[in-house]
Amino acid sequence: MACFLASVLTIVLLAFIIGEILVKAWPAMIKFGLGFITGIQWSPNRGVFGVLPVLIGTVASSFLALLLALPLGLAIAIFLSEDFFPAPVRQVIRFVVETLAAIPSVVYGLWGIFVVIPLVQQYGAVLAAKFGFIPFLAGPAYGNSLLTASLVLALMVLPTITAISRSSLVAVPYTLREGSYALGATRWETILSVIIPTAAPGIVASGILGFGRAMGETMAVAMLIGNSQRLSWSLLSPSNTLSALLANQFAEADGIQVSALMYAAALLVVLTLGVNIAGEAVLRHTQKATAGLR
Amino acid sequence: MEPRDGIIANKSKVLEVRGNPEATSILHVGIVTRKGLFSGVMVTQYLHLNPTKIMKNHSIQLRILASATMLAGVAFVTSCQKAPNPSSSEVPKETVPKQAGTLLNGSGATFPAPMYLRWASDFHKATSDITVNYQGVGSGAGIKQFTDGITDFGASDVAMSDAEIAKVNGNVLMLPATAGTIVLAYNIPGVQGGLKLSRSDYVGILLGTIKSWNDPVIVKDNDGIALPNLPITVVARSDGSGTTAVFTAHLDAISPEFTSKVGSGKSVTWPIGVAGKGNDGVTALIKQTPGAIGYVEFGYAENNKLTMAALQNKAGNFIAPTIESGAATLASVNLPENLRAFITDPEGANDYPIATFTWLLVKKTYTDANKAAAVKAFVTYGLTTGQAIAPELGYIALPANVVTKVQTALATVK
Repeated sequence: MACFLASVLTIVLLAFIIGEILVKAWPAMIKFGLGFITGIQWSPNRGVFGVLPVLIGTVASSFLALLLALPLGLAIAIFLSEDFFPAPVRQVIRFVVETLAAIPSVVYGLWGIFVVIPLVQQYGAVLAAKFGFIPFLAGPAYGNSLLTASLVLALMVLPTITAISRSSLVAVPYTLREGSYALGATRWETILSVIIPTAAPGIVASGILGFGRAMGETMAVAMLIGNSQRLSWSLLSPSNTLSALLANQFAEADGIQVSALMYAAALLVVLTLGVNIAGEAVLRHTQKATAGLR
Repeated sequence: MEPRDGIIANKSKVLEVRGNPEATSILHVGIVTRKGLFSGVMVTQYLHLNPTKIMKNHSIQLRILASATMLAGVAFVTSCQKAPNPSSSEVPKETVPKQAGTLLNGSGATFPAPMYLRWASDFHKATSDITVNYQGVGSGAGIKQFTDGITDFGASDVAMSDAEIAKVNGNVLMLPATAGTIVLAYNIPGVQGGLKLSRSDYVGILLGTIKSWNDPVIVKDNDGIALPNLPITVVARSDGSGTTAVFTAHLDAISPEFTSKVGSGKSVTWPIGVAGKGNDGVTALIKQTPGAIGYVEFGYAENNKLTMAALQNKAGNFIAPTIESGAATLASVNLPENLRAFITDPEGANDYPIATFTWLLVKKTYTDANKAAAVKAFVTYGLTTGQAIAPELGYIALPANVVTKVQTALATVK
């Protein structure tokens, strides 16, 4: 009974939060409509609110982080699910990777400031000088940039991706592996052409959930991304994300700006909820699909 | 529901209270640590007995534990309120507010916060029956909380607008309490100081039309300084702030181009550069980025040993930011009767161009006479003894004529 109440309460709470956001966002929704999403200028002093650059920054930083973290996370997951090393060694590595998830966001931010920013500053300038003709690498190179935020985000979503990929790899029935060996396949042939395809939906789900986590991340991003609401193609330019925008501007906002920020919050909720539901759906689908093989 | 055994955790031992058939309601106790923080609440459930009876029936330890928890709770709450004062968390028992004294709550601007906190602590030492709490939550939030009646006084770097005054039915006095300047601090490797920026230079830099430190227009004003061929990184504030409002109001006043491209306000969109949160965020970005230039409060720049540029004022002279040049600016301001003056472009020959008063917001009429007296005493302290410590914290003491005007206004508070 108590457990039931607790779960109902959680759902009610979520509905309440979303409801509250929508109520507060309503004036801005009426006033700006869809122009809010396509607008490219965010100037609170002039009452002009458009979040397109911020939306792009949110999706781009998370996508870039995923692009970096997925191959790495998958590689770690394969290594941990195979018996290249004795079980205790793998346990330790697994523990260390999963510990990354327990480090507070602000610590990642500080680490980014002291380690990643100088690196991006140094090599970013070189990249921009040599490959500046490519729009993605156009100068001037800033330390606080989309790239810096993405690099740190990649590290932050790595445990999510590793843990879910690993469990979907481990869930591949042993009989499939034995069958593959019986047909004369080597270990790597087995991994690449039998195990990974079987676990693929789970791996995709890990990516989607990692993506969702990256989009909602606030503190580390706000410290690293440069907080600029300008459209730019370059990864070396400062950018902004929805969550960082909220964290930065909420305290001093008043009037329609509060409403506009709530509108942005509603968009963020829609985005992250959508992504997480997609991830869950794919994960469910996997479990059903592999259930027949067991 | 079945009666259950409750576990009450102490730091060193665990007491078990056996299920008592008579027990009824919920007993809240907490975990007491030596520091006086209570870290959680455990709930035990009994039938037919209220909490006080349980305490009577079950050992004296329970009673001690429960009262210690409540004390810790109070200490925790008060230490939260007094967070800026580090000593309060160490001796929790003494931070329980005394019943006899008057407590004044205030919140607002972060820029003068270090000084208000210093005033509050010194004032409490001198007048022990009045305790002043100040929280640096930002000018906008300060005005909001004052308007909502959450605080007894507010503080803001930007004077309240007529619309905001109307919201409190005119029951507000804006009293200048101190003043400060806003500086352009820079980080150019090899340049230890002495950089001069003309009006068109700094507007050009902030609008992104001047992109490199060795641009001829900057070099022209800086004989003897070897300016490197380094891109300029403009550092701005990412959060809404009074600092931005004052800074952009000045730029707005001196450059029509700035007015049309950026405008003024607490939160604006800069055409170039990066942004950091708070004065400290901007300070960190400037220190870390070679070629950076950004705007911060003078006190912050001085405490963090940032190098600051001399700026050209309306009279055409290059003025380095110092306490003296800031005081010169204030001296040339003619404060109107309502004490609301915006210094956008001072005219004196030796005036530093970007300065602002910062205001305390107090009510004209308090419902509680004790509060009115306490507010008067605190502000009077700030205007007299308090001004003496302003320069050592990086603020500009108010000129004597301003202090007199403010005191006259303060006397009308009821």
